[in-house]
Amino acid sequence: MFGIFGATLLLSLREIRRHLMRSFLTTLGIIIGVAAVITMVTLGNGVTASVKEDISSLGANVYIIFPVRTERGSPRPFDEADVNAVANQIAGVEAAAGSASAAATAFHNGQNWSTSVNGVNNEFLRAQSIDLAEGRSFTAAEETAGQNVCILGPKVREAIFVPDVSPLGEEMRLDSVSCTVIGVLEERGQGGGGRDEDNVVMMPLKTVQRRFTGDDTIQFFVVKYDAAYSSASIQTGLIDLLRERRLLQEGQENDFNIIDTAQVNQALGTAIGALTGMVAAIAAISLLVGGIGIMNIMLVSVTERTREIGIRLAIGALAKEVQLQFLTEAVVLCCLGGLVGIVLAFGLSFGLAAAVGVPFVFDPMINILSFIFSAAMGIIFGYYPARRASKLDPIDALRHE
Amino acid sequence: MSSDPLIQLEGITKTFGSGDAAFQALKGVDMSIERGDFVAVMGPSGSGKSTTMNILGCLDIPTSGIFRFRGTEVQSLTRDQRSLLRRRYLGFVFQGFNLLARTTALENVELPLLYRGESKAERRKAGLRALDMVGLVPWAGHTPAELSGGQQQRVAIARALVTQPDVLLADEPTGNLDSERSIEIMELLTELNQSGITVLMVTHEEEMAAFAKTIVRFRDGVVERIESGTRSAQITEASG
Repeated sequence: MFGIFGATLLLSLREIRRHLMRSFLTTLGIIIGVAAVITMVTLGNGVTASVKEDISSLGANVYIIFPVRTERGSPRPFDEADVNAVANQIAGVEAAAGSASAAATAFHNGQNWSTSVNGVNNEFLRAQSIDLAEGRSFTAAEETAGQNVCILGPKVREAIFVPDVSPLGEEMRLDSVSCTVIGVLEERGQGGGGRDEDNVVMMPLKTVQRRFTGDDTIQFFVVKYDAAYSSASIQTGLIDLLRERRLLQEGQENDFNIIDTAQVNQALGTAIGALTGMVAAIAAISLLVGGIGIMNIMLVSVTERTREIGIRLAIGALAKEVQLQFLTEAVVLCCLGGLVGIVLAFGLSFGLAAAVGVPFVFDPMINILSFIFSAAMGIIFGYYPARRASKLDPIDALRHE
Repeated sequence: MSSDPLIQLEGITKTFGSGDAAFQALKGVDMSIERGDFVAVMGPSGSGKSTTMNILGCLDIPTSGIFRFRGTEVQSLTRDQRSLLRRRYLGFVFQGFNLLARTTALENVELPLLYRGESKAERRKAGLRALDMVGLVPWAGHTPAELSGGQQQRVAIARALVTQPDVLLADEPTGNLDSERSIEIMELLTELNQSGITVLMVTHEEEMAAFAKTIVRFRDGVVERIESGTRSAQITEASG
């Protein structure tokens, strides 16, 4: 049985090679369909991965709380007491830490660099999962006293410090404030909203408040919570507490916002997934159109080769053998189209991912699925022409001019 | 069993179309063909000779009557069963040669073996043997377009022979050939017949029919008369 199958396969390859241009044009629909579906899904995966990375850079099980503008006026910042109240009064909250920041120019070794200085404490670094590449974080004494120590973002280190020489212990200046370098942050890339998380200098919150912002306000704070607690109940507690502390009357809208990283993650994932699915579905329609093209050309081919079919039937080919031959041809055509589409999609999604700036996430599943799908197209749309070929009457077929 | 004729037709009729447009091509054909015979079927066009050949070739079934081939009643077989019968016992040679274009002579000859599921090596061996029988081994790798009409017909005969059939059916095998090539083909068919193959041939040329042992003349859908060929007797005598 393999003999006839192998021979049928060879025969269909030869038939395809014989009409190379026609075969190419016939499969173009399948090629474009497969390439479009795979490219869309691959890019969607890339966007999802990129967004997830952004979100996870905010830390897991973390709320970010920041003041917002209301009709009553511009955003009112928080203060240290708000952060402490949240940390101490709400069940399920493991830690809360505020941050204040200002733009500053960093000077070292006769070079300068525009960056921003973030006032934080160790709690904040932990909650945001910010790790150090070298050096140490702040001591309790440095935090309480607001000492002039700083941790460099990798961009700042690269811009104004000598490469391959540890900057630890070096003195630098931020605007008019001198400080000692005690650590370097690990690379984190783009943050939410396009902020460059690597172009920062971290200093104790107290230091930044005293030397840069000039007040004791906090621009936003992060809350790390215990995943064992329900996020909704913690959020309710947070809102009640902050409304009370900010003296909001009943009926007045919240003048702060709480972002739950887990929720954002999930919501974005769902949204991107739905969008990807929709675009892929539209691309799949072109696959269907491609399949109809295959059927059309197969019908032409059956008519063209009526005499050949007659000869085969006359010398004893069974109906199912003739059917197998034409079906194989359609399936081989579609599989070749699918393969070309996969190769095309690989190049296309690689290039587009680089152009759009999302990671290239190769998804073997969608490639395999697309291939199987195009083979199925061959079976579905090759069936009718093949059946028609097998039903031909050998006497009429032999007489066909 | 051995006393039974190879082919037996009893009261065969064939009607095409139905109602007013119905046309009765065969109106009751009775004949039997013995193993080893060389039969030429003759008659004017429309006399039913091609219809008879299609039935004898198991390509078509009669409207009524009994067609026994090797004792099997063919008229009650399915399409695929008749295909298997053709594959196993019959070889076809057509007027228009009917070789697959852009396919080498050897591959054309191997084609019937493909449907028998024989291995590539076996197909090659048998294909070359059949080409050898028609003297075309040097042309094995040529496509039909590169061969003359006579060579193409010999490839077609090799294709019919490759399965070592019991019966060779030839429909106007010399219809597209000049007289010199025609005689070559007829001599080849005669040789094959002498080697034991039963040959059934449709022709309208008396000169070609003369090679046969038996001539069956058709007229208006019935067998008009059956006579012996003249030339074959001489050849047998000369070679004997």
